[in-house]
Amino acid sequence: MSSDTVIRAEGLGKKYIIGHQSADRPNTFRDAISQNVRNFLRGAGEMARGKAIVAGDELEEFWALKDVNFEIKRGEVVGIIGRNGAGKSTLLKVLSRITEPSDGRVEIKGRVASLLEVGTGFHPELSGRENIFLNGAILGMTRAEIARKFDEIVDFSGVEKFLDTPVKRYSSGMYVRLAFAVAAHLEPEILVVDEVLAVGDAEFQKKCLGKMQDVAGQGRTVLFVSHNMGAIKSLCKAGILMKHGAVAHTGEIQGVLDAYSKQLARSSTTTGNMDNLHVERLVVDFNGVPKIQIDLGGLTVPAGTYEVRAFLTAVSGTAVGIGSVGGFGSKGLEISQNQRNVGLVLEMPNLAHDIYLVTIEVLDVQTHKVVSRLNLDEIDFAPPPLAGENHALDASWGLGFNRLPLSLELRD
Amino acid sequence: MTQKETMTSSLDQSAPTTPGQERVLVLEAGRTERNYWSDLWAYRELFAILAWRDIAVQYKQTVIGVAWAVIRPLLTMVIFTVVFGTLAKLPTEGTAPYPVMVMAGMLPWFLFSTILSQAANSLVSNSNLIGKVYFPRLIVPTASSIVALVDFLVTFVLLLGLMVVLGFYPSWQILFLPFFVILAVLAALGPALILASLNVRYRDFRFIVPFIVQFGMYVSPVGFASSVVPENLRLIYSINPAVGVIDGFRWCLLGGQANLYWPGFALSLVVVAFFLWLGIRTFRATEKTFADLF
Repeated sequence: MSSDTVIRAEGLGKKYIIGHQSADRPNTFRDAISQNVRNFLRGAGEMARGKAIVAGDELEEFWALKDVNFEIKRGEVVGIIGRNGAGKSTLLKVLSRITEPSDGRVEIKGRVASLLEVGTGFHPELSGRENIFLNGAILGMTRAEIARKFDEIVDFSGVEKFLDTPVKRYSSGMYVRLAFAVAAHLEPEILVVDEVLAVGDAEFQKKCLGKMQDVAGQGRTVLFVSHNMGAIKSLCKAGILMKHGAVAHTGEIQGVLDAYSKQLARSSTTTGNMDNLHVERLVVDFNGVPKIQIDLGGLTVPAGTYEVRAFLTAVSGTAVGIGSVGGFGSKGLEISQNQRNVGLVLEMPNLAHDIYLVTIEVLDVQTHKVVSRLNLDEIDFAPPPLAGENHALDASWGLGFNRLPLSLELRD
Repeated sequence: MTQKETMTSSLDQSAPTTPGQERVLVLEAGRTERNYWSDLWAYRELFAILAWRDIAVQYKQTVIGVAWAVIRPLLTMVIFTVVFGTLAKLPTEGTAPYPVMVMAGMLPWFLFSTILSQAANSLVSNSNLIGKVYFPRLIVPTASSIVALVDFLVTFVLLLGLMVVLGFYPSWQILFLPFFVILAVLAALGPALILASLNVRYRDFRFIVPFIVQFGMYVSPVGFASSVVPENLRLIYSINPAVGVIDGFRWCLLGGQANLYWPGFALSLVVVAFFLWLGIRTFRATEKTFADLF
């Protein structure tokens, strides 16, 4: 290993055995009994051979990571991105020694601290003060170190008034702030962070990002998983894009983000299916007012009065807006039994370049219950630059790009 | 990097390490840790704090709190004395009063059984930690046995009180007590480690452990003296490691009124050592898969 490489993965793989319920459910009592007996015999057999029990009737090998290769240099801040289930969290688990790889090897130089969850090991019955020491020790800090940083931690968390209250009495916001405050004061050589910034209010998130930027600035190596592209872009110089358990792209962060956007744009038309509702066509149209046109098929609701809603959320979790047909005081939308297809156009004016999620819901107006829902994951929205500009603003400036009027008067 | 340096770097993480000197950690399928025991030592503070947490939390949100540690052994002692001593008229050891003899046997038995049940469940009840952070997993079951030691101390004070009330005093043999306490802990940890790692895979053991403990209380000489066991069966009886531990305690505490049956005691020691070896081996062979099984 060259002297400035701190992590090197070679052919890394992680296999899980997963079970499925078999497609044909037992129809009769006799079938159910014989299936149970079969499962019992299999469980007993596996126990005799010292193997783990997996629920389900059909077993399948699943490679959460497969032939993963990369190198990380000392002091690099690396963003790991990819869709849900791409293997990001498994990779972090292997690197932080929580689970053993099934294949390949990793070499790590230096002490790793992992932050896969805020407040790991917090005990509800213990006070805030006691939990600082407990959580600190679990994350790998020594007593002396925690004692030295104690005031700083309390200060960062802003819960000094409740230090001697059991944390079960804390509001969820206070809990998260205290937990992150402890984590933020970790000083390992290599820091591995999973999506932990997704919690807490916006102001606290900003504070945490600031703290992470400090950590990154101190020459520590940081591996950072997030869906917040803005955070990834501002924190990381290099990136790793994961896809189906393998490294799809690696290198300088902008290139990796671009590759991710392309991957998402290709796949967003095919994702999501609840009930029978599905996407038949999805077009992101930037002519005139930017909009997405979605043709849905397979609407199976009884004839009646409904409201159709579309929720627009940025990938970082910020809600951007809602569109509705039949709601907001109108009498509702009549849907008859045989109408199966819906064409929707959702206008998205003045939105910055980012990745968005659209959730479409069909509500029964009478009962006010959602009868059908569809999530369209990760729509890459890349509006063209406005007239006279070279490139469109992106989400790191904020989600919208409304030009705020500013007038200037010159006086003598 | 030598082991000593690893430890100092974990004690003071802000100390910069010079490149090229560090230990390279290699993660590979089936690879056993070279620095396992020094790693364990480096995590001693976590061990202490987890033990402290279990003690601090033990009697939270109970009305009478620590009094439970007094009531439980006291009532068991009364019941055993009435059932075995008064009703069944079993003999005591030498001139020791029956309640003192029972209590001297309960002391190690409760220590043994509490460690067994706490440690066997410890991995499952700490699954949130194991799935999110690395540390040598051996810390979890061993730290959970510290709580049992605290309960042990309370019961021990109770026994001393009982001795004063009944006017029966121990003699010089009591100096050997710490040795037997350690023996009791080790005797429990061996099987506990096996049960703990099995419990992660097969939750059936959650139901088996209370049964073992209940069953064990009657096959071990807790309510009666082991001298009631026929002489020719005593060696076989001593295969139960709790027998050696309990006999040792009685020998210590009853001022030599109880004779230690040496061949049996030696056998118990061998059984304890065997289970401890097997326990650590089983535990280490499976600990890397724990996080995948929760």
